[in-house]
Amino acid sequence: MSAACPVPVGRYSQIVLGHGSGGRLSQELLEQVFLPAFSGATLAALEDQAFLSVPSERGARLAFTTDSFVVSPLFFPGGDIGRLSVCGTVNDLCVGGAVAHSLSAAFVLEEGLPIADLKTIVASMAATCREAGVEIVTGDTKVVDRGKADGVFITTSGLGVVPPGRALSISNARVGDALLVSGPIGDHGVAILSVREGIDFETSLLSDCAPLTSLTRAMLEIGANIHCMRDPTRGGLSSVLHDIARHSRVGVWIDEARVPVRAEVRAASDMLGLDPLYIACEGRLVAAIAAEDAERVLATVRAHPLGQGAALIGKVVAEQPGVVRMRSRVGGERVVPLLSGEQLPRIC
Amino acid sequence: MRRLEPIESRRLAEHWASEIARHATRPWKIMEVCGGQTQAIVKFGLDQLLPPEIELLHGPGCPVCVTPLEMVDRALAIAQVPGVIFCSFGDMLRVPGTDGDLLRLKAEGADVRVLYSPLDALTIARQNPGRRVVFFAIGFETTAPANAMAIHQARQRGLSNFSALCSHVLAPPAMLAILQDPEQRVQAFLGPGHVCSVMGLSEYEPIAAQFSVPIVVTGFEPLDLLEGVCLAVRHLEAGRSGVDNQYARVVQARGNPASQALLEQVFEVCDRKWRGIGLLPNSGLRLRDEYRAHDALSVFDVGEITTEEPAECISGQVLRGLKKPTECPAFGLRCTPESPLGATMVSSEGACAAYHAYGRRSVPAARLARGAEGFSP
Repeated sequence: MSAACPVPVGRYSQIVLGHGSGGRLSQELLEQVFLPAFSGATLAALEDQAFLSVPSERGARLAFTTDSFVVSPLFFPGGDIGRLSVCGTVNDLCVGGAVAHSLSAAFVLEEGLPIADLKTIVASMAATCREAGVEIVTGDTKVVDRGKADGVFITTSGLGVVPPGRALSISNARVGDALLVSGPIGDHGVAILSVREGIDFETSLLSDCAPLTSLTRAMLEIGANIHCMRDPTRGGLSSVLHDIARHSRVGVWIDEARVPVRAEVRAASDMLGLDPLYIACEGRLVAAIAAEDAERVLATVRAHPLGQGAALIGKVVAEQPGVVRMRSRVGGERVVPLLSGEQLPRIC
Repeated sequence: MRRLEPIESRRLAEHWASEIARHATRPWKIMEVCGGQTQAIVKFGLDQLLPPEIELLHGPGCPVCVTPLEMVDRALAIAQVPGVIFCSFGDMLRVPGTDGDLLRLKAEGADVRVLYSPLDALTIARQNPGRRVVFFAIGFETTAPANAMAIHQARQRGLSNFSALCSHVLAPPAMLAILQDPEQRVQAFLGPGHVCSVMGLSEYEPIAAQFSVPIVVTGFEPLDLLEGVCLAVRHLEAGRSGVDNQYARVVQARGNPASQALLEQVFEVCDRKWRGIGLLPNSGLRLRDEYRAHDALSVFDVGEITTEEPAECISGQVLRGLKKPTECPAFGLRCTPESPLGATMVSSEGACAAYHAYGRRSVPAARLARGAEGFSP
């Protein structure tokens, strides 16, 4: 399709290959779908690049991250691929102690995607950006033939600024640290499964998908000794604990009875043979906190709307570096193995 | 059914553990029949709660583990036939055949689909009239009724493009084979709760009588298992044999007559080879002649596959409770879940896989409790 193809976007209710041509249809998609939603001045300048000012404070660092989103279905209880694509990247910045400010968003659209769906997704991204205090400053759109993608795939990258003196790292957990999880685990994964597999639960479970901006800000503002934070997405709580054990060269010990899991998530996991320890969250975090500050941080997290179900679930130990152990809910102990293979594909 | 709060679970677990300790006056060896029970025992560390007199032996009831290698190879052959949609429970996808597994075939382009219910395969067959849809029907009496239902409905609805690759096995003949082994060590069984929810208790009475063993039909939750052990110990100490039912909230003495009638209609009992154990008489179910049109073994030409197991693998002894996974020199070294030598390492319900996953390797027992110091609720 040539750049001169004279068909206006308004004529189409679905994505056609011309929307990715770089020509008039692309321009119209930009003007009619993306720009009205993402209204920041940087994006509106429509340069080939976003111009951002560099933090001038001595000792401040930039944090930069990227993530792709291929979740199926595009819309799920408690969220959609748009909200997810903002939260995922924002949260990766937040748990590093960064103040997130700018995102890029690249869309791969499948020919035939209803434009109404795209508008809903984009509006959801814009709303989530406002919630997270970030702006989408640059972006791109490509269209592929029907059958070569699944509706829409989104890649977001994010920039944030880490204030001087803040050094959270997955390798910083220390023996004696308390381990905190900010709320019930597995909600996102099970919410997706419930629509994908047509499983009905007694109550409607919502994804926990949310930006952690204000929660991490609250935690970091009280001057507590937080050594590392991470959000348990794919691989769930288990993968984060393994990351801490491996990179900080410590043992991790948790008490299953203290790990918060909703009844619906437990019931669905039992039924499907899944383990909540491995099910993805999209709005939770795990933190290793100096023991003397743990209760204070817990109180702060619980006072936040996203952290009401927070709990201290265990601690960092010297024994068996690299190994995650758990006391089961009836009292026996075992190793928590690292997830082998894929438990739930296309969860984010 | 209400789920217990963790604090209640722990209190009840302590109660059963102390009851077991109070009753056990000498060593007893108790076999849990089901892989699901084995997995729960290792996952929740239940054996650590038992007094030293009680040894749990892990039984043959892992349906994925005992599915013979030939059957996996047949599944691989069928899944590669152009136009076939091969449907299976997720567990079977990772089970290696002689040359690869279903997951690899899927990655290479074969249309392999994971289902939670065999009835979904009928929907797929209806939606794809030009393609042949095959369901891998494996498992014990627990999964057999749903598979029978799918096959029966396919026949009723004339879904000629649907067939099932059947490799069903039966629990009682395996228990018999274990008891008949001269080396056997089992003094009591925790019976297969879900199997009995279908078949009832009557098949187990003659086994208990002939071999003078208590059989306590038991559930799968950690507290079920502890209560089952407690009942078994009390029967053993009192010198009683017979069938007891710990899992009465699910299992009725007569089982589920509707399911039994459906099984009778669709399947007939046959000899079956068990992976790791070998051929056991009258230990399997195959499709009756009336359902031949839906039998993948008739529809596809894959009858003549025979395969050999690696000689080093001791899974046959593990499945009969003669050896523990950690007694195998290959365990965790040449045999891992990623690269299994045999039956009991291939499925999460296999004893070797459970031991491997939950770290039963080189961790001395004395170190197990150490993490808990200073962190009691």
